[in-house]
Amino acid sequence: MKRRYLTFLLAVVCTLTAVLCGCGDGKSGAEPTNNGSSGEETGSKSENGDTTNGASIGGGEIVVGISQDLDSSLDPHQMVAAGTAGTREVLFNVFEGLVKPDSDGNLIPAVAIDWSIVGSTYTFILREGVLFHNGDTVTAEDVVYSINRCADASSETTYVPAFSVVKSVSAVDASTIVIELAEPDTEFLALLTVAVIPADYDGQAAAPVGTGPFRFVSYSPQESLVLDRFDDYWGEPAYLDKVTFQIIPSMETMIMSLNSGAIDIAAHLGVDQAGQLSSDRFNILEGSMNLVQALYLNHTVAPFDNVQVRKAMCYAVNVEEIMQVLADGRGFPTGSSMYPAFSKYFAKDLVDSYPYDPEKAVELLTEAGFPDGFSMTITVPSNYDPHVTTAQILVEQLAAVGITARIDLVEWTTWVSEAYAGHNFSSTVVGLAASTMTAQDMLARFESASSKNFIGFSSEDYDRVFAAARASQDDAEQVALYKQLQTILAEEAANVYLQDLCDLVAVNSQLTGYVFYPIYVMDLSGVRFSA
Amino acid sequence: MKYFFKKLTSLIITLFLISILAFLAFQIIPGDPAVSKLGTEATPERLEALREEMGLNRPVVVRYLIWLQEFLTGDMGTSYNYDLSVREMLGNRVPVTAALSLLSFFLIILISIPVGVLSSKNVDGLASRLTAVVNQVIMAVPPFFLGIFFTLIFGFIFQLFTPGIFVAYQESPGQFFVYLLFPALAIAIPKSAMAVKFLRGSISDELNRDYVRTAYSRGNTRTAVLYRHVLRNALIPVVTFLTMTLADIVASGIIIEQVFSIPGIGRLLLSSIGTRDYPIVQAIVVLLAFIVVLLNFITDLLYKYVDPRIKI
Repeated sequence: MKRRYLTFLLAVVCTLTAVLCGCGDGKSGAEPTNNGSSGEETGSKSENGDTTNGASIGGGEIVVGISQDLDSSLDPHQMVAAGTAGTREVLFNVFEGLVKPDSDGNLIPAVAIDWSIVGSTYTFILREGVLFHNGDTVTAEDVVYSINRCADASSETTYVPAFSVVKSVSAVDASTIVIELAEPDTEFLALLTVAVIPADYDGQAAAPVGTGPFRFVSYSPQESLVLDRFDDYWGEPAYLDKVTFQIIPSMETMIMSLNSGAIDIAAHLGVDQAGQLSSDRFNILEGSMNLVQALYLNHTVAPFDNVQVRKAMCYAVNVEEIMQVLADGRGFPTGSSMYPAFSKYFAKDLVDSYPYDPEKAVELLTEAGFPDGFSMTITVPSNYDPHVTTAQILVEQLAAVGITARIDLVEWTTWVSEAYAGHNFSSTVVGLAASTMTAQDMLARFESASSKNFIGFSSEDYDRVFAAARASQDDAEQVALYKQLQTILAEEAANVYLQDLCDLVAVNSQLTGYVFYPIYVMDLSGVRFSA
Repeated sequence: MKYFFKKLTSLIITLFLISILAFLAFQIIPGDPAVSKLGTEATPERLEALREEMGLNRPVVVRYLIWLQEFLTGDMGTSYNYDLSVREMLGNRVPVTAALSLLSFFLIILISIPVGVLSSKNVDGLASRLTAVVNQVIMAVPPFFLGIFFTLIFGFIFQLFTPGIFVAYQESPGQFFVYLLFPALAIAIPKSAMAVKFLRGSISDELNRDYVRTAYSRGNTRTAVLYRHVLRNALIPVVTFLTMTLADIVASGIIIEQVFSIPGIGRLLLSSIGTRDYPIVQAIVVLLAFIVVLLNFITDLLYKYVDPRIKI
């Protein structure tokens, strides 16, 4: 009796499962979870669209997989002040500033249509008819409000330190803004990519409102963020109807989701992972991560205070080998604290400052008083696989010249708290990027007084040249001075510079229009289904 | 009644102690929410200022007491990371984890009891020996491995669900159930193996008792003996095992949630520890402690009900 009852129950459960599986929609199929909608809406778009495969189709929805949770609030000023790169990457599509970057790294007009710079006075003419996502028109007051918010030192969350140079912001008339700086600053313009937001709206943290080509729809923490196309965008509207950013923390699940068609785009993949994707369903695009990965050395800890020792380490390290192991040879060696994609400022002749030469390394070590090498510790944040693998390779390469290195894996927040903010490390492998697209952002941290100078680097020459670069009004002169700073860093072997990591992006082969930027952003306004 | 009050007091004291421990644990590990928020923009000055703003500079005891006071009035605080109330964040996730756990639990019962009983009928038979071997193997398989394995088989090969994309209950109850079925199986199968082993041992113990001999001598068939007499007694230790397993399921769920990308409290707990989001971690730890203690309490009560001889 009991047995029959139990068997019956089991049968019911099995049948139920089978029935419900059948009821499920075809989501589990291998096709992407979207469809290019009819081409009628494209109209003028297909004229501007690329014609590699014939006309492109407007509309459609895609899902993008991202691996970092958007863990700060969605407030755009907070993103610049203290946010994670992952949030900035996604919300690039929602916000714009007076200017915005294009894919070559130039600043193009956005909310402002024209501007003039005279000494320390910046005058901006606002574009007419720019609308916020909530339907309000952008006014000069909104711009003044946005800039003042970033310059307000009393708020720890939205204050952007670089804005401390702003003396005053005012609206001269309904479409003209004047910004007065405390002193001339040729890189200030790059800071004006910060978002222009409505002055009378304070719900940015949970429901952002900006002027960009995509509009915020919803956010489910740790799950997904949904954007849809803003049809009243002042410029060329985006193609896609809707974009869902799905948060998938595990790389294995990301690959599975790509293969099953659940997501269409995933960036920052490793070489092995990209290799698991079918090449007719996905295009693998190669860009760079726009950071400088290096073995950063703490100059206040012996023997890294000795320039011969540092140079020896640079000679001992084989960057090619690291790139080979990490990404089959893909990657971009740097040579100093600037990444190659920022071509305007990148000093390429520095890449070969210390070619791989273990004998020379041993020679220099002996001269410095360490004929038998020494021991050291490399602190690495455990959540970044490329850095962990790199550290392991470095241990081998350093051992070949007699330096015994030990790896200390720490969790990310611990790394930030102890190593970065607390300066409690002797060497570390990490990649440092800039939050604004300025050379200053990459190089300011090596000035001896900088609070971000976590390696304890101190050089009078550097400080002098840095001050001159900041004060310079002439663009060409400034570029030359910034390059000189990189040269000083390389000559002093301030760190063992490695590479800018290669960034692999898998894009559904039905999509086209994905472009790389020299900063950590994902621009989806040009992405569309091709016929 | 006295028994009930004794248990209740011990529950409250346990929860209290656990919340203190969780709070203290965070004081020992390096890093705090300010560090996590600022990331590489952190400098000593900004950290200090942000800590001041977040109220992290007040003494530990004060902060704990404030938390306790708010918690007791129902306010679980606001997440440092998401600016949402903890209640809101948990509210979305607890049902998902609960659904997964309950589903796993039912599957364990559904699988282990029939298998345990059927394979005990004839102890020397092939079925019995085979079950014993297969059991040992399955007990050793970790749930997350089964999870990945199922994703491959049922997700890719048979395409019964789309791996990585969770379907919410509101979107489609059918798909929600199907999506949770596989992670639930991944958790259930190793635990069923343990339950089966327990049950078989228990049944074989019972089969050696005197009353079984009496039952046979009165003319009962083997099946009748098994179901009408032995099972009830054999189930006693299994019931207690199963109730405690429920608490264990919630813990296994944390790893499974990562593998299947399920937005439950497990994933939230892990990421909140990483970003030092104290309010969320405190709330979840207390919640989990509450569930475990409650389940143990129920286990004790059940024990008493199933076997009146036992005095607790």
